[in-house]
This record gives sequence, structure tokens and C-alpha cells, in this order.
Amino acid sequence: MASWLDYTINGLIVGNVYALVAVGLALIFGVSRLINFAQGSIYLVGAYIGWVAVVQLHTPLPITIIFVAVVAALVGLIIERFGLRPLQNSVRIAPLLATIGISFVLDQLVMLTFSPNPRALPSQLPDVRFQLGGGTIGPLDLLIAGVGISSALSLFVFLRYSKLGWAVRAASQDRDAAMQMGVDVNRVNQAVFGIAAALGGVSGLLVGMYYNQIDTAMSLQATLKGVVAEVVGGAGNVPGAVVGSLLLGLVESYGVAVFGTSYRNLFAFLLLVVVLVLRPNGLFASARQAPPEPLTGTFIAPSRPVRIPRWALAVAVAAFAVLPLLPVSFYMLQTLINAWLLGMLALSLTLVAGTIGQVSLGHAALLAIGAYTSALLSLTLAVPVGLAIIAGGLMSAALGTILISPSFRLRGHYVSIATLAIGEIVSLVILNWESVTRGPIGISGIPPLSLFGYDLISPNSVYWFSFAVMVALALLQARLLSSHLGRSFRAIRDDDIAARAYGLSLNRYKSLAFIFGGFAAGVSGGIAAHLYSYINHETFNTQQSILALTVVILGGLGNVVGAVVGAVALVGLPEIFRIAAEYRILIYGIVLLLLVRFRPQGLLGTI
Amino acid sequence: MAEAHAPLLSLRGLTRRFGGLTAVDGIDLDLAKGGLVSIIGPNGAGKTTLFNLVTGLDRPDAGEVRFEGQDITGLSPERLAGGGIARTFQLGRVFGNLSVMDNVLIGAHTRLRAVKPAVPVIGPLLELGLALLRPSSVKAEEERLREEVKTILARFGERLLPRIDQPAYSLSYANRRRVEIARALALKPRLLLLDEPTAGMNPSETTEMQGLVAELKAEGLTILLIEHKLEMVMRLSDRVIVMDEGKKIAEGPGEEVRKDPKVIEAYLGHGLSGTAEQESAA
Repeated sequence: MASWLDYTINGLIVGNVYALVAVGLALIFGVSRLINFAQGSIYLVGAYIGWVAVVQLHTPLPITIIFVAVVAALVGLIIERFGLRPLQNSVRIAPLLATIGISFVLDQLVMLTFSPNPRALPSQLPDVRFQLGGGTIGPLDLLIAGVGISSALSLFVFLRYSKLGWAVRAASQDRDAAMQMGVDVNRVNQAVFGIAAALGGVSGLLVGMYYNQIDTAMSLQATLKGVVAEVVGGAGNVPGAVVGSLLLGLVESYGVAVFGTSYRNLFAFLLLVVVLVLRPNGLFASARQAPPEPLTGTFIAPSRPVRIPRWALAVAVAAFAVLPLLPVSFYMLQTLINAWLLGMLALSLTLVAGTIGQVSLGHAALLAIGAYTSALLSLTLAVPVGLAIIAGGLMSAALGTILISPSFRLRGHYVSIATLAIGEIVSLVILNWESVTRGPIGISGIPPLSLFGYDLISPNSVYWFSFAVMVALALLQARLLSSHLGRSFRAIRDDDIAARAYGLSLNRYKSLAFIFGGFAAGVSGGIAAHLYSYINHETFNTQQSILALTVVILGGLGNVVGAVVGAVALVGLPEIFRIAAEYRILIYGIVLLLLVRFRPQGLLGTI
Repeated sequence: MAEAHAPLLSLRGLTRRFGGLTAVDGIDLDLAKGGLVSIIGPNGAGKTTLFNLVTGLDRPDAGEVRFEGQDITGLSPERLAGGGIARTFQLGRVFGNLSVMDNVLIGAHTRLRAVKPAVPVIGPLLELGLALLRPSSVKAEEERLREEVKTILARFGERLLPRIDQPAYSLSYANRRRVEIARALALKPRLLLLDEPTAGMNPSETTEMQGLVAELKAEGLTILLIEHKLEMVMRLSDRVIVMDEGKKIAEGPGEEVRKDPKVIEAYLGHGLSGTAEQESAA
């Protein structure tokens, strides 16, 4: 039985590691008002570069650390130069989406290079423990503490006494004023990204050594933890990020001590949601200050949407409806069924992210809620599948909206973080709430789709069913957009202050958008559950959230037809070109990046 | 109704501090129904902060705001809009991706009745249902408001009507300001706050805007106006309030205020007297 002192030491050490990630995030936020979702990917790159150095090159420890810092800094510089600098005068949503895309591409590149299997990362330090009061401390703990403290000190000296450091501080206080005084903001950005990446990479190395294991799932976790620590400390506040990190480390460590390891992340995300709701400026800011606006300007790219005549849409629907009667392959039907399911999710996300401007990164959680509700109702209570799917949609609408509601007072990047965290909370609850969800085992033997007592087993009937549901949801959404709610949602997206000044309640309309969108996503998840016949807590993961986001951007934010076209394109084209499955996610990430850079309004235009 | 002589809007000791800076410092103000009071003062005097306090976008640290005799201090902007207070924004806050028509329809949002039944708890769900089902009452209401928007836009001559379906981001700066005023009028306000309606307009556009504000006043609308162009302020205002560094330094009829040595000093001290002379010469 480890002592409380051990948990405290462990919490502080882990906190030190988080601080290395969080300080970088805080620096970047300070200068660019941007939450860098790719920070975790750099951390991942750092861990694997470290593995190459230790295991293959057999470098001594100091060289390993320097090597990792230099390579990670280079990656950071490349991200800044080619990923973000071209977007400087772009719409607010662009850099946010770009860092998400970059993160995806980096993670996939690491996974393709090193395979997703976990690897051991030996620490190169003697395995001894020193007695310290009632607990113990090892050389690695001391190393992590040393790296953490010396990084903090050198960063302090840099910001305080070097000319470039002054420029960084000036730019983060008032970017325009700094530019007018001759500060080269590009150089400041470079410096900040380089430093942030070096710290993030070293952090990945140290964590890998601490647990003697690295795997590609580390990336998202690191981003989330870093962001939690940064937001707790106050976005853009460098010392705050350090305190936030130590606090997060302690909360997690004590949480694990009391409740067990599988709850570790739950505490981090709950802490985040509580802080975002109660003190969105972090613990050290005054409560009455408005949260800093992440970037300024129009949120989505202004565009004139491509108007597709009704007859053309009717012809397209009719053509897809008669498709199964033609001599098409089973494989093609299967692909299109997947496209229709993704289309429903995209309809949901395009409403939430596009129409009302809440870029949700946890949308797969809505699928999961719908899927589990429908599966459990039909399995345990023998509810007819058709009704169970509708119940799944309603549950997703209700529960999803309630879970997401704490983020209604947030804006821009904060919404994305909150939804990402809420998505993780849902999947952790599914994993841990074994009496209802059957925990890690998942649910098997889910009855197949059926309607009015007839099982829909043939590919044709499944195709027609999913296509009909998607078309119905699309028509309903188009009708919604043409009502006063459509303009109200879009007004809130374009300028929530002006919208409030004209009597639009943000809570009310964001709730309605999530209720409507939650229903569509829940239905999609419900159908998927009955189609797959087996689901677990990993069936609906962040990758699907990102895929849906790419679909939505491809089609044009808020564009109903675009969401469906995007889904068909992203599911269908890789099939046509026979791209191997492991490269697909990489391609989705690259597509997202290219769209943000060259066609932010998507194929059919934002609405 | 409040008694006949009670002001429509009255502020008492309204104060707002940001850290060490007192942006609005103990402002008293009375605005009679149908009146037009202008607030002038150098940049940074606290005029827009005062507007934010009256419209609920910011909460005062001290003092109170009364509207039609009721204490409305610290109420949310949504509720104040529902109560008939409309405003325009200094830097222009139109909804860029919405058409001119939709922008102005948002102004009429608080007047939606058929589609927004005043039912507690399930009200929002009913609103969603009615928006999707669209019974004839909802359609009729929407149609009536659309006609009304056209009437409002017609006040701006041929400036906005031909562009009714264009997105607001494609409009000229002056036209965006006009859309904002049209949006405010669609609320059928009992109190209208205009924050520099002529900012960025050329002299002929300014004259046009001045004509419109005069028209609104003649129709009996109560107006609180922030404006830098003194010519317009002098012509339209019943009373002028001069603010400097958060404080009210003068109040009275335009001509009187203009000669007040404190006012001249405030403007000279901030290097704005040039603007004042220029405007009165125009």
C-alpha cells in the first residue's frame, strides 16, 4: 500500500510533465489566441524520436533529451510556417481546424511508421528508490522534476531578459501595438512554436520513460491534459499553466488513490468542465472579465452557397433509391450504407458546428449514446428495433444536450475543448458503468434491423432503410433552416453579442440545435448498433468525430446537401481508388488541411 | 403606466470600473418619452460603456437604471430587448453571413408570438415543433414580418431594398450601418440607442442619416444618441450630455453646452476641437 506521500510525489511529477505541455500551449495562446490541438502530436513525436534514440541509436541520456528537443522544435517550426502562417488573415475557424488536421496527420504518420503497438521506452537510469519520509523517490522522478524546474527557469529568463522574449510578451499583450512598434510577429510566432514544441517533445520522452511504454494513443490524452492544465491556470497565462498542471497532477493522483486507475482521466475532464463553467478565465483571473476572444473576424468563411435546383436533388434521390434494383455489387451497397450513416452524423454536426457555430469534437459520443440506448432497449426490454432506434435518437438528443449545456456560455476554441472532454467522459462512463453498459466487454448479439415485425437483413432492405432515414432527416433539417430558427442559429454564430441584444437567448437556441442534431446522430448510432450487432466503448471514437468534421468542412459548413455529398465523397472515393484502410485517416487529415487552406467554404459553400 | 412626467429612462449614479479605471463614474441621466438626448465626449470618455450598461451587455458596479419606472439594473440583454430597448453598435455588428432581410428579421425576434408560445419549460420544444410543422398562424406571422421589413427598408430609399437578398458582408460600410438601424427599428423599440450612426459616412450620407433620425424623433420615438458630428447633435437634441473620463462634465441645451469652458477644455485637451469646428462649419 503506497503512502499519501507517494501519491503526492507522483502527482507532482506527473504535474511537472503536464506543465511542459501546458506551458507551450499557454505561450502559443498568448501570442496567437489559438489553442494548438497539435501539441499532443508533438509530444507523441517526441516520445517516438526518443525511442529511436534510446533503442536504436543507443544515445546517452543528455544527448537523447537534446536530440528530442531539437527534432520536436523543428516539427513545431514546420507546423507554424506551413500549417498556420498562411492562415493568418483567414476566418476564425480556420486555424482551429488546421491544428486539428495537423494533429491527425502527425499521429497517423507516427502510427504508419512505428505501428500502433505499444513499445517499451527504457529510462537509461538506475532503478533505485530513495526513502523520503514515508514515501520513496527514484532518479527518474528527480530527472523529471529537474527538467521541469530548469525549463521553467530558462523560460522565465528568456521572457524576462532577452529581446525576443520581450517581443513575445509584447505580442501577447497587444499584437497590433507590438506590430506597429516594429516587432516581427512572424519571428515571435516561430520562437513560440519552437519552444512549445521542444518542451512538448521532451515531455513525451519523459512520460514514455516514466511508464516505460509509448503508444500512439498518447497524443490525444496529452493534448487534453495539457489543455485542461492550461485552462485551469487561465488561457495564455504561463505561470498559471504551471500551477494548473501541478494541481491537475495532484487531483488525478489522489483521485486514483481513492477510486482506482480507470477513473484517472475522468477527474481531469471533470476538473476541466467545472473550471470552464465556473471560472472560464482560469483560477487566477477575476470572475467578471469576459473570456478572451479566441481570434477575431468572421467565424466561418463568407460564401455564396451553390444553389442546386430542387429537380436535380429529386433526380439524385430517385437515382440512389433505384440503385439496388440495378446490377450493382454487394460491396457498393455496403459502402453506400456506410455513407448514409456517416451522412446522418454529418447532418448533425453541420447543424451544430456550421449553422450555430459550436465546433464539436466529441460528436461520436452522441452516436454512442444512441447506439447503447437502442441496443440495450431491444436486448433487455425487447423493445421493437424501430422504436428502440427512435428512443436512441431521443436519448441522444436529451442526454447530449444536458451534457453539452455547460459549454453553452463558452466560445470558439473553448467549445471544442469542452466537447472533446465531454466525449471522453461519455466513453469513460460507458467503460466504467459495468452494471448497465457491460463495461469493456461491450454488447453483443444486438438484434438486426427490423421494421413492423419484418427483419431487414438483405443488403437492399438495409440500404433502403438507411437511405430513407437519412433523406427524411435531411428534409427535416432543410425545413428547420428555412424557419426563423435557421436565421436565429446563424445570427448567434455570426455575432452572439448582437444576437443577445436582439433578444436571442443563447441557452435556448444552442439547446434546440443540439436537441435536433443529437437526434440525428443518435438515430445514426442506433442503426449502426443493429447493423454491427456488437458495440463497445471504442466503437464510436474520436476518429469518427474528426471524420465527420472533415465531411462537414468538405461539404460546406451548415450546408445540408453538402453534408451528404461530403459523406459520399469521403466514404466512396477511397473505395473507388482502393486506398488501403490504414492510409485513409491520414488522407482525411490531409483533405481537411487542404480544404482549410484553399477552399474554406467547402464544395457547396457555407450557409 | 408610470405617471405622466416620469422619464422613460433614468440613470442614477451609474458606475462601472475596470481595474483601476472608472469608465463610467456616477452618471445621472433622465430621458423623457419622445425626447432625444445626445451624449458627446472625446474618445474613451465612457459613452459606449454607458450604452452597454443600459442595454445589459455589462453590469454596473453601482447605481441603477430605471426604464418606464421599473428597476432594470443588471437584467440580461435578452430581457431588455424583450422590454423594448434596441441599440446599434459603434463598430457595426451586422450578421455577416445573413441576408439583409434575415438581419432585419432578427430585429423582430422579440415580437414573434405565434411560433414562440409563452409556455414555461416546454416552450422551446414547442418552438422547435412549430418551426418544423409551420401551421398557418406561423406562416402568416412570418409573412407579415417580411412585409414589415420591406417597409422599414423603404425608409432608406434605394440603398437597401435592391440588396435585400444579399449577405450583409457584401454591403458597403455605410449600408451595414443602415442595416443595423433597420434591425433596431424592426424591434419596434420604445427606446432606441444609437451609437455613432454616422461614423464612417461622407457628408451627404450623414445628412441623409440626420434626416432619418429627425424623422424617427418626429414620430415620437425616444432616442439616446452618441455622436461625434456636432452639427447633427445640435440640430436634433433636446439636451446634450458631455462626458469626459467617465464623468458628466456638462449638461443642457446644445448651444449652452457648446460654450461651456469645461467642454472646450475637454475637447482641446484631447485634441478633438478640430473635429468640432469642422463639423459645425459643414
